[in-house]
Amino acid sequence: MMNASSPSPLGEFWQTFRRNKGALGGLAFMLLVLVCALCAPWLAPHDPSQQFRDALLSPPAWLDGGQWRFPLGTDELGRDLLSRLIHGARLSLLIGLASVLLALLPGVLLGLIAGFSPRHLGPPIMRAMDVMLALPALLLAVAIVAILGPGLANTVIAIAIVSLPAYVRLTRAAVLGELERDYVTAARLAGARLPRLMFVSVLPNCLAPLIIQASLSFSAAILDAAALGFLGLGVQPPTPEWGSMLASARDYIERAWWVVTLPGLTILLSVLAINLIGDGLRDALDPKLKNGL
Amino acid sequence: MLAFLLRRLGLLLPTFFGVTLLTFALIRLIPGDPVEVMMGERHLDPQAHAEAMQRLGLDQPLHRQYLAYLGQLMRGDLGQSFRSGESVWAEFTTLFPATLELACAALLLAGVLGVLAGVIAALKRDSWFDRVLMGLSLTGYSMPIFWWGLMLQILVSVGLGWTPVSGRIDLLYDIEPHTGFMLVDSLLSEEDGAFLDALRHLILPAIVLGTIPLAVIARMTRSAMLEVLREDYIRTARAKGLSPARVVFVHGLRNALIPVLTVFGLQVGTLLSGAVLTETIFSWPGIGKWLIESIAARDYPVVQNGILLIAALVILVNFTVDLLYGLVNPRIRHAR
Amino acid sequence: MLHPLPLLALLPALLLGGQALAARDSLVVCTEASPEGFDLVQYTAATTADATAETVYERLVQFAPGSTRIVPALAESWEISADGRSYTFNLRRGVRFHQVPGFTLSREFNADDVLWSFQRQLDPEHPWHRLSPRGFPYAEAMGMAELIERIDRLDEHRVRFVLRHPEAPFLANLAMGFASIYSAEYAAQLLAAGKPAQLNSLPVGTGPFVFQRYAKDAQVRFVANPDYWAGAPRLRRLIFSITPDPNVRVQKIKAGDCQIAVYPRPTDISRLREDPNLRVLELDSLLVAYLAINTRHPPLDDVRVRQALNLAFDKASYLRAQYGEGNARPALAPYPPTLWGQNPELKAWPHDPQRARALLRKAGVPEGQKLSIWTRPGGGPTNPNPGIGAQMLQADLRAVGIDAEIRVYEWGELIKRAKAGEHDLVFMGWAGDNGDPDNFLTPNLSCAAAASGENLAGWCHERFDQLIREARRISEPERRAALYREALAIFHAQAPWIPLAYPKQFGLTRSNVRGFQLSPLGSNNFARVELD
Repeated sequence: MMNASSPSPLGEFWQTFRRNKGALGGLAFMLLVLVCALCAPWLAPHDPSQQFRDALLSPPAWLDGGQWRFPLGTDELGRDLLSRLIHGARLSLLIGLASVLLALLPGVLLGLIAGFSPRHLGPPIMRAMDVMLALPALLLAVAIVAILGPGLANTVIAIAIVSLPAYVRLTRAAVLGELERDYVTAARLAGARLPRLMFVSVLPNCLAPLIIQASLSFSAAILDAAALGFLGLGVQPPTPEWGSMLASARDYIERAWWVVTLPGLTILLSVLAINLIGDGLRDALDPKLKNGL
Repeated sequence: MLAFLLRRLGLLLPTFFGVTLLTFALIRLIPGDPVEVMMGERHLDPQAHAEAMQRLGLDQPLHRQYLAYLGQLMRGDLGQSFRSGESVWAEFTTLFPATLELACAALLLAGVLGVLAGVIAALKRDSWFDRVLMGLSLTGYSMPIFWWGLMLQILVSVGLGWTPVSGRIDLLYDIEPHTGFMLVDSLLSEEDGAFLDALRHLILPAIVLGTIPLAVIARMTRSAMLEVLREDYIRTARAKGLSPARVVFVHGLRNALIPVLTVFGLQVGTLLSGAVLTETIFSWPGIGKWLIESIAARDYPVVQNGILLIAALVILVNFTVDLLYGLVNPRIRHAR
Repeated sequence: MLHPLPLLALLPALLLGGQALAARDSLVVCTEASPEGFDLVQYTAATTADATAETVYERLVQFAPGSTRIVPALAESWEISADGRSYTFNLRRGVRFHQVPGFTLSREFNADDVLWSFQRQLDPEHPWHRLSPRGFPYAEAMGMAELIERIDRLDEHRVRFVLRHPEAPFLANLAMGFASIYSAEYAAQLLAAGKPAQLNSLPVGTGPFVFQRYAKDAQVRFVANPDYWAGAPRLRRLIFSITPDPNVRVQKIKAGDCQIAVYPRPTDISRLREDPNLRVLELDSLLVAYLAINTRHPPLDDVRVRQALNLAFDKASYLRAQYGEGNARPALAPYPPTLWGQNPELKAWPHDPQRARALLRKAGVPEGQKLSIWTRPGGGPTNPNPGIGAQMLQADLRAVGIDAEIRVYEWGELIKRAKAGEHDLVFMGWAGDNGDPDNFLTPNLSCAAAASGENLAGWCHERFDQLIREARRISEPERRAALYREALAIFHAQAPWIPLAYPKQFGLTRSNVRGFQLSPLGSNNFARVELD
């Protein structure tokens, strides 16, 4: 089965990943989204906030009354929906990426500390995480946004805080598992210092579950941002964020199905694509976890 | 076992204490105070403002307020809502059954269909059925549920007219709230057709809220079943000539239920988050909407104690799941 | 092998059996929010008043249905002294309070109930005064404690209000919700039983409907009062179905789940008119929607800049997107043309971005000038969709070289900060409550209001202020109208606002509903409704 000429870990990873058709499809879709995000100003037919006031709620081009100038129709202010979706890709990817990084770095650090100091620093950290996990994520995010005020940056912060405990728990569990292994004992006996032990010996061996968690929380971040936008607390208009587009279009759902259906479908497909990739990653990186979720 | 129980219980107290501190701090960090929100557009001179703050006990230094709050909790007093003047406990107990009824219906739906689908998928591993089912479940898991709710509402309720648009029952039925659970109350009321009507109102919100747990449970059951089917005792059972159905449902399923149990625990928080959105869409009079509105109104007692009650619930459910898990699977008990 | 999909498809079929109930003696109304509570003097929201003041409670006098005319209610007649300072009311006899569980009714309505209802709010020593955690905001805002010197009980059926100074609208004030008459006997029994909080959860009044039950965020139920002095309502039951989302209210009334839906969104009106099962009610209201320009912030202190903003704004598109065709008239003055004292010579600012741009450059406003547009999250009658309004203004301003940023604040915070003058431009609305132009001008545009912050334009124009002050002092309508004509010309030229719209008020009923009227005061009363 294995390609004998490429025994490198990366090559091995790709071999396994590639066999998962769903993951490949997801990857292709996300590449498309990425291209949209990077080249939005050139790809989008119109400025996403330009209002064509003679064409409010114009239907998609293939329907009666639709115009080819607006392939997916326009919203309640006459803005081109396709352009807004394309520009929205930027925001969603940005929110996903930023909130994953913002949660990952402190989460891993806290998890390492908790793992390496199971007596002193560990318990308070883990209790604090328990406290955060006891509150429903969306409520906590709503409260944080209420404190910081709505907006892009604050949405990212709120989502990052909410997803922090998962990283801490995961890292700590992985560290505790690794610490019992022989190579760590060996490194300790050889006189390795704590930071070296943490970052050079143990951390790389905990990467697999972290990467999988990152892919999961990337898609969760897109969903959470959209949910906040739906509650009117996320990114503010006229910024074309998918969730808030959907929220402001909700009033027109019976007259103009496209303004609600299309942003929702975009969110669903993107999240699905990322989760497919996540599945592929899990299969390829961590056979132990293969059948979990 | 007792030591395990005590150790777990010991962890609960500081968590609970932490939650009180967190909610107390969160709500006070939000700019604006309840008096301003209460008075709305009317002119409010600084003296009247100060008097109102004093009336609500908000003129005290923060540590005093917190200690007073803890003292109140010790006495089992959850205070009164600033907005309505009703006691927080009374509001919680009128609204919570609605959320609980919805959540239970969603979990029941997710549990029954999810386990069924998971078992079948595992038995027919790699068949087209398995593939479609797993594809569907990943789609369900990726669903933005507020959008899903809107779509189902517009298609099923408005378009096809199969289910009512919103609410818990046709209001022409005069149902006394004995338990707060509409399905139970409608049965108690002896009004003709009330129970079916309540069920029709419940079904769509329950499907929406149950979608994600359903997807998770289907996937977990499938993988758990696959593991179990490889185990020796199943092979033995088969070799002994037991019928396949008996092997699967008596031996396999019991073991496969363990991960499902975990999901129940894990999903309580997710379910409550989802309830916020589902309740908004279906005008469902539950605690999700109540808390979101209270945050906007800076209704300190409701936010503090409402969230506290929910957190207590989440903690307790997880604790119970831990215990059950430990009972069912002794290996875990010893590993901790 | 079992297949789950057909099972899933079976479920709706199983449940399809039920049909919407129909009962000709029960009215279900889709209302927009939960009442805050039932002790209505503690609250100010219109929803709370609809669920209390229009059902359970009555006042000495009331507004005739669908108008602002004052007619007798619990007072059969009244005399006003020559100096306008003393009002004597002759109370109606034989009126009974509602019978509710736990309340032993021993007597009919009399002067003690009137005294209790007012003293509770006005007298700090009254045993019930302290028991309201929120105070009595409406009475406080109306300045009743300063106005009323004393209330005398002349005998069991006569009371006299003595005022500190004559006040023409006093009678109208007594028709407002906060002047509702409670049962002193019920209050005494609650206090004796140690359950004063029950006044807020189980109200007792003399009105056409008896409170039955409230389920928070779900429903309020009433039954007809068979002993109602003006004759029992035709309806046996009145049910409020609390439905905050206007879309859902429309869907429910279409499905027959409710027979009346309040506050439909104006943009839905044209489609709703086509539905043969529905009837759309409309009324010219006492509403004006406007954009206040903060004249204290440069460059908005320059009149040319304010005129340029008026020229830059595409009002026709705004009205179409915000209210829908024909559902609001473009505004020109600070009050709607349903009121007298307009100036027919004024011409609306045209939509002319070129001229606006030229004016801005002349005033020295640089390209890319920054301004803030303030608005709130949820819609209301004057501003049904604040989000799109703000975005339209933003786009119009960008077209003339102004870089505007939208800020959304919760209502309470918005008002507080705007009164402190932190905004540049803020979307606002005003609802008149007595039918006099002064009711719009003094609170919103006078120098005194500029000092207190209520004048959100912070605009204090000496001549304008002098004109409206003079008009307030005299009573001959023609002379007042002449003063207002000049004042409106100044307002127009000085442009402290962009006047946006005079919105119409709408209501929605099933076609079998008779006897429901919209009120210019925005209240909803169902006492005379019948179902065919």
